[in-house]
Amino acid sequence: MTAIPRIAEGSAATGGSVRRRRRRSRGRPVWEEPPTTAGLMAKGGTLCLVLVIILLPIYAIVLTSFSTQGAVNNAGNGLVLWPHGLTLNNYKLIIGGGVVARALVISLAITAVGTAISLAITILAAYGLSRADSFGHKTILWTMLITMFFSGGIIPLFLVVSALGGYDAYWSLILPSAVSVFNIIVMRSFFASAAAEVIESARIDGAGDWTILRRIVLPMSKAVTAVIALFYAVGYWNSWFNIMLFMPADSQKWPLQMVLYTYVTEGSSMAGSGTSNVGQYLGRQQIATVSLQMAVVVLTLVPIVIAYPFAQRHFTKGVLLGAIKG
Amino acid sequence: MSTEVARRPQAADAGRDGGRGRQGARPARARWRARLRRDRSLILMTLPALVLLLIFGYAPMLGLVMAFQDYNVYSGFLHSPWVGVANFQQLFTDPGFWRALTNTVVLFSIQLALFFPVPIALAILFDSMLSRRLRGLIQSVASLPHFFSWVLVITIFEQMLGGAGVLPAFLRQHGITNPVDVMTDPGTFKFLVSAQLIWKETGWSTIVFMAALAAISPTLYEAAAVDGAGRWRRLRHITLPGLKAITILLLILQLGYALTFGFEQMLIQLGAVGNSAGQVLTTFSYEYGIVQGNFSYGAAAGLFLGFTSVILIVAANKVAHLFGQDGLYRR
Repeated sequence: MTAIPRIAEGSAATGGSVRRRRRRSRGRPVWEEPPTTAGLMAKGGTLCLVLVIILLPIYAIVLTSFSTQGAVNNAGNGLVLWPHGLTLNNYKLIIGGGVVARALVISLAITAVGTAISLAITILAAYGLSRADSFGHKTILWTMLITMFFSGGIIPLFLVVSALGGYDAYWSLILPSAVSVFNIIVMRSFFASAAAEVIESARIDGAGDWTILRRIVLPMSKAVTAVIALFYAVGYWNSWFNIMLFMPADSQKWPLQMVLYTYVTEGSSMAGSGTSNVGQYLGRQQIATVSLQMAVVVLTLVPIVIAYPFAQRHFTKGVLLGAIKG
Repeated sequence: MSTEVARRPQAADAGRDGGRGRQGARPARARWRARLRRDRSLILMTLPALVLLLIFGYAPMLGLVMAFQDYNVYSGFLHSPWVGVANFQQLFTDPGFWRALTNTVVLFSIQLALFFPVPIALAILFDSMLSRRLRGLIQSVASLPHFFSWVLVITIFEQMLGGAGVLPAFLRQHGITNPVDVMTDPGTFKFLVSAQLIWKETGWSTIVFMAALAAISPTLYEAAAVDGAGRWRRLRHITLPGLKAITILLLILQLGYALTFGFEQMLIQLGAVGNSAGQVLTTFSYEYGIVQGNFSYGAAAGLFLGFTSVILIVAANKVAHLFGQDGLYRR
């Protein structure tokens, strides 16, 4: 109502270009003043800056990983910023064998197995706790919640895992961190709210809990499952400290992040020289170049960048569920 | 459909009756047995999670008794000699511990001051964009580093800012002969840590603020505009108050984790920057306990850390409740 005179005002001020301008900026409410040129430039500049800060390093790393030794030398033994002398050799060397190729397979396997285990445990626990009147659910829930507030810390955990034979065993990278109570709570609150009606009516119709979970709850919670699965997968793929803690000794058994870490620590202790011992991890001496190192970096990036667009549209839902119900 | 609707209240009643037993028609024991039988598959479902938490969550908590022992691997928890609070006495007189505590507090404060406002500002900027597609695109790009590991983020920083990195090379080309290596310089480390966090988490953190911004009623803005408030006054009197609740909540929750923040980030860079600048309480506990094998001393530092963190979290939630927020848990 009050907006009508504002349109008239606006059109008087901006003259003949009103039609075009209004079509272009469909979303702007009529009462809002058109942006100033300086404001638009500041805004655009900031957004471009954000994009550059995030994307420039990624671009330079990917480009360097495809560059020849000559191009790297030209860039002062650092990252290559302009395409010049491209090659696939770095990747051929890595895929050809050695510790990096093995680490890649190990990382993928741990991520796949770990995510499957975590997701199964989380869904079961979340459903098991989702009924408001079920026997013992408060006790069980509190038992779980306490671990979110207080933990024994690194050293007792290390001793417990070692006592169970977990030192240098792959299960030590999965089982101790397999359960995220936070994710259980997020999922439980979804089952207890969004799915509650359907679950209740299925129960009245005589369906057992296992049937309800498999036939009704799982098909209708694909979005939340996808988000939780992604969180777990990213967690396993990115985890580094538990390797450092439980299997630091045998480089033949390392996942990718640990190989990358070894490179980082060497890179910083040899700052300025730009060379490193990645060749040793490839099982061949004398081929350690910045471009090979960057190829290792790209390998740790690729799965995340591939998975990202698929899960991305569910993020807001996942984050907000966590923020509100956590 | 109609039968379902008709039957649901009965079932709900039965459930409530089973739960509270206010009629008391059956003896109490039979009632909880019946509930146990009815819900046994639900309890069974929680078992895998419960077992893992008992082994990897509760067993280490019990293991903390070693903080009061002179633990050695051959004697175990049961036969290691008890030393009372000797480990803590040693801890509180250890200059290394106080340095780690100071570093923790300083690094956390700088990080909070530098990092916290950035996602809010960026969220307001995103929110002012009219093109949804462009906004979505930029937001996705900005959130991407959230999914990178700390090892990866620090590698990227090393390659861009470190000794042989892009920025120093650029500076050298332009006449600055000996630029500071920010990756290893103890003085710049405080800010480097914050810069890394900003690069990694800003985009992701905007999501929560964007949701809060979307919840502000457009009629407020319209009414203010009609009353003659310009865009800066609308920002100050509508947008910022609209973000107040979520900001206080997140700030308080952050404070709860003041002592345990950034463990991996610090540990990865500890070697490069040195103990005096980079040692925090979490890495201190790890260094003494695991690296040097002084399990009891490391566990004592860990117990101090865990205990203080619980106090901080509870206190933070108390403050959140004072502000009328739910916090991590409700009152």
